[in-house]
Order: sequence, then structure tokens, then C-alpha cells
Amino acid sequence: MKLLRHRLVWAVAALVTLIVVNTISRPTFLSITLQDGELYGSLIDILRNSAPLMLVALGMTVVIATRGIDLSVGAIMAVSGAVALTVIEASPTPDNLGVVLVAIAVAALVSLVLGAWNGLLVAVLGIQPIIATLVLMLAGRGIALLITGGFITTINSEPYQFISQGYVLGLPFAFLVSIAAIVVVALIERRTALGMLTEAVGINPEASRLAGVRSRGIVWGAYIASGLLAGIAGILYSSNIMAADANAAGLYIELDAILAVVLGGTSLAGGKFSLAGTVVGVFTIQTLKSTITFLGVPPAVSPVFLAAVVVIVVLVQSPRTRSALARLTRRRTPAGGARIDPEAAS
Amino acid sequence: MKKILATVAVAAAALAGLSGCAAGGGGSDDGLITVGFAQTGSESGWRSANTESMKAAFSEENGFNLVFNAADNKPEAQIAAVRSFINQGVDAIVIAPIVEDGWDDVLQEAKDAGIPVVLEDRTLTSSDDLYASWVGLDFTREGERAGEWAAKEFGDTPTNMVVLEGTTGSAPANDRAEGFAKAIEGSGIVTLDSQTGNFTRADGKTVMEGFLQKYGSDIDLLYAHNDDMALGAIEAIKAAGLQPGVDIKIVSIDAVHDGMQALADGEINHIVECNPLLGDQVAELVKKVLAGDTLEKAYIVDDGEFDQADAIELLPTRPY
Repeated sequence: MKLLRHRLVWAVAALVTLIVVNTISRPTFLSITLQDGELYGSLIDILRNSAPLMLVALGMTVVIATRGIDLSVGAIMAVSGAVALTVIEASPTPDNLGVVLVAIAVAALVSLVLGAWNGLLVAVLGIQPIIATLVLMLAGRGIALLITGGFITTINSEPYQFISQGYVLGLPFAFLVSIAAIVVVALIERRTALGMLTEAVGINPEASRLAGVRSRGIVWGAYIASGLLAGIAGILYSSNIMAADANAAGLYIELDAILAVVLGGTSLAGGKFSLAGTVVGVFTIQTLKSTITFLGVPPAVSPVFLAAVVVIVVLVQSPRTRSALARLTRRRTPAGGARIDPEAAS
Repeated sequence: MKKILATVAVAAAALAGLSGCAAGGGGSDDGLITVGFAQTGSESGWRSANTESMKAAFSEENGFNLVFNAADNKPEAQIAAVRSFINQGVDAIVIAPIVEDGWDDVLQEAKDAGIPVVLEDRTLTSSDDLYASWVGLDFTREGERAGEWAAKEFGDTPTNMVVLEGTTGSAPANDRAEGFAKAIEGSGIVTLDSQTGNFTRADGKTVMEGFLQKYGSDIDLLYAHNDDMALGAIEAIKAAGLQPGVDIKIVSIDAVHDGMQALADGEINHIVECNPLLGDQVAELVKKVLAGDTLEKAYIVDDGEFDQADAIELLPTRPY
């Protein structure tokens, strides 16, 4: 019973259910084969394709924990991909590892600056996060189009291709990048006091400021981290198709990222956050997307299918629905006694 | 309000018209024909090529002064742009309508102001006496030609096909699906699965990965509603250890540069063109309509179609 109260259990249950449904519809879903020393299978595809969303959602988790929101992540992805590919395209030796590293560094730096701009608007100028980041969400794609000259820039560069399509020890390199990001963010947030301070700022900015927490720097840092992670996601995205598609790169990914964060049990009201929850949320969304292909849901109704699954998962996770259910099943408990505190296990 | 606007528009146009007539030939003082072009936005490589073609055709050397507006795919911004063209008193207006509906008022204003309107690429639902003519492409025919190729290529042989559809509900996606289905009737081609790839490379790749996991090497043919999705799918096919163009034949529509390159490399087997270079035809129509010639209401640009040999030959000289 205690296990059932853990806040991650419902998110994990949703993910497992999706995998089971897929496996029933087509048993090969779980099969992983070795092909030229590379693992190959649906699950591997899901791990690899979830990498950009994973990075964006990690950044989003931290931003949401500060009571903020970052709508500009998709646009930052587009800018980052456009910058990286333009640098590589301009070079006479696109296969040179040095060129690719420079391109990645420049793209990461630009995204960091864009993140810092968001942070400046929110933390220093005190603009509402949703408005502050809306600025870049709208302007960012314009910047990306400006960089690519309105065209889809395509390149041939083996080292760059490796980022999203290469394999290390049989595993997709993109997946390893997302693992590295998870580890780094978790270490910084959970092995230092930063995570606690972030939560403090999110729960009550004024009280934490009075208690001596430098909330401005923490909020600013959250947006910088989100921008940088979105930038790396943009590099992964453009490497996956070897093209900088300023219009399509990261389109609506901010919504997927927010959804992943919420599925993972982090409240949009800020405060306590769960990185593990976000990771599960991201895998759930990515699996859901391949479920549509696997079950052959017609494209016209697939948004309805997506929405229905999301509503069910969110309802199941909602403490109020669960307590109502608990009250229905166990009438002997007084109404107040059946309340389940989802935060208790954290 | 609308009435006032219309009156202002008429007045402005009349003034501009006076000065225009004085210069002779319906142009402004420098003898150029001023044309307002309301483009949809810059959402794709196709659109960029279309914009470039229009700008080249309406150049000063050709006797035009082009006022360009890209509405970022916002219908209300596009209508506002057309109104401002009317207020500026341009000689003619070219529109690539973002949406089909809601054009009656502004087209009526243009008509009242005596400014002819030529539609480019997309159509609209207003009565056809509100505009001079339309130049564009026939998406259904494009799908049909892709289907005819597939039917000829595979004949009665049982063939498993997967389809990457364009954005759900968009005219090119609907029409290309319809045309293709009609053309392959009676052949051995069976549609295993059909999903949207939103006209993008990334989605084309992800959806193809799903198809490959689901059906593996049972897939014989891929029909992609545009080149970008086919290009994404090629990456997925390679990753699955199959050879695009050989193990899985690919037919797509558009003939953008990267698609033609893949065709030349033998990774795509056939491409039906969707020509974005409409500029010259539109410019010609604008000149005709200003000269008072009677025009037909619709001009369909005939697209080409290419196989590997054509691609190798054409690639070095293709403008887009």
C-alpha cells in the first residue's frame, strides 16, 4: 500500500501499460536485435528519439520549480540547429571534428545567451515568465530563418551525424547524451543545496528572499540552464535529419516538455520537483507517439487518441480523483482519512 | 467602419490612379508597374523558392516595383496587408491566400478601387468575379502521376506500400492521397499503413522507423507526399539495414534540390514535380490583365516528373 502512495508509481504504471499494449498488438515491440554491432528495435528507437525532449524537459522541470515556465525552448532549438549547421556549411572541411566541435560550441553559446535573455526578463525585470519567454518563442524562429536565409540548410558531416545517429557500445549516442544530462542536472540539483533553494524560491519567493536565499540568481540560472539544454536538444534534432529546419525544429516541444513535467508529478504551481518523474514522463510521451504508429491509429484522430491517454494518466495521478476513488472503495474510512498526500514520499 | 475603410481605400486608389495614369501605362511616376504581393509566410523550402521566383519575376528590369509582404501564416495579417496595398494604390495585387475563406470584403474593396487581383498557388472560396485569375498547381494530378508510376512499376505484382501523408487536413495531403489512390486502382499495390509525417523530415523519419519496426522488410514501396518526408524516411531505412531505392522503392512529390540529389543517388526512384517557380507566369498575367486582355479564371502549371537519369542531368542547372 505504501508503494502505491509513492508519487512516481502512477507515472510508471502509465508507461508500463503503454508498453504492454504495444507488445500485445505486436510482440516484436520488445525485441531488440544486434545489427552490425548496434542494438536495433522499437525500444532503442524510443530511447534515441526521446533525447531532445528529455533535455528540454529537464530544463523545463527546473524552470517550473521556480514558479516559471519557458515557452521559448522550441525556438531556441531552431536557432541552435541553424547556427550549428550554418557554421559547418560555411566550412570547407565539414568532416573535420574540430569544425564540428566549434559549431557545437557556438550553438551552445548562442542558446546560453538566449536563455540568459529570458532569465534577465523574468528575474531582473520581473516580467511574467509566460510573457517573457513568449517573446523568444515568436522571435526565435524568425532569427533561425534569418540565419538559414529562409531555406532548409543541409550538410554532410560524419562527426555531426554521429551525435544523433552514432552508436557507442551498441547504444545510441543521443541516448547517452540524455543520460549524461540527467546525471549532471540531478547531481547539481540534488547533491548540492541548489535543488532545495530552487524549491524554496518556487514555494515562496518572498519568504525565501527574506530568509537569505538569492532568488534572483537562482531563477536566472534556471532559465540559462533551460536555454542551454534546449540548444543541445536543437543540435540533436538537426543531427538526426542533418538539416536545419527552422520552421519544424522543436515545434510544440514546449508543450510536450510541460506535459512530461506534469506527468512526472511536478506541480505547475512551482516548488517541489521530481527529475525522475520527468524522465518517466518523457519516456511515456515518446512511447505514446510510437504507439500511434504501432496501433495504426488513423492520423486524423491521433490527436484525440493522444489527448484521451493524457487525460486518463493525469486523472489517475490526481490526488483528488484518487481520494474520491479510495472513498468509494473504502467507505469505513472517514472522508478526511483517505486523503493521499502525493508529496509525502519525496 | 468597413465602409469608411472602403471609402478611404477608394479615395486613395483614385488619387494614386490619377497620378498613375498621368505617367502612362498604369505605372507610377518612374514608369514601373507597382505590384503588391501578399505571400503566406516562409514556412518551407518550397515557399522560399516560390518567394524568390516572384521577386525575380517582378524585378525592376522587368518593369515592376514589387511591394512584398509575408504574413507569417496569419490570415488576418494577410488581409491587413492586402488592405494596405489597396490604400497605397498599387496597380495590381497578387495573393497566395493562407486560408480559403474570409476574402469577400477585401476583394470587393480591391475591385471597387479598380485594382486587379491575381491569385497564386492557393485558391479561395470567394466568387470568381472578385479576382482576375489564378495560377497554381493541381495536387490531385500530382498524386495521380505518382500513382501512375507506381502502378506501371509494380503492375499486378502484390506490393506492400506504406504512405507518409502531409499535414492532416491540408489540401496537398488530401488531394495527393486521392489522386494516388485513383491511379493505383486495379494494380497489385496494397496499402499496409498510412500516417502523417507533417511534411517534415524529422516526422518522416520517426514515422518510417515505426513502420519498419512494425512490418520490417515486408515493405516494398514508400509513397511520401513530399520530398522532405522521403528524405527523413531514407535515413530510417538505412538505419534499419535496408537499402532505400532498392529494398524499398520510394516515390515522392516536390522535386526540391535535396530530393533531386537523392533521386540522382538512386535512393528515391521517382519524383513528381511541384513547381514553385510560378513568378514568370504570374508576372505575365499581371501585365495582360493591366493591358485589358481577358483571362481565364484558372491556369494550371504543368509539372514535370523525373527519374534517376533526369535528376543526374538536371541537377547542376536546377535553380532550386
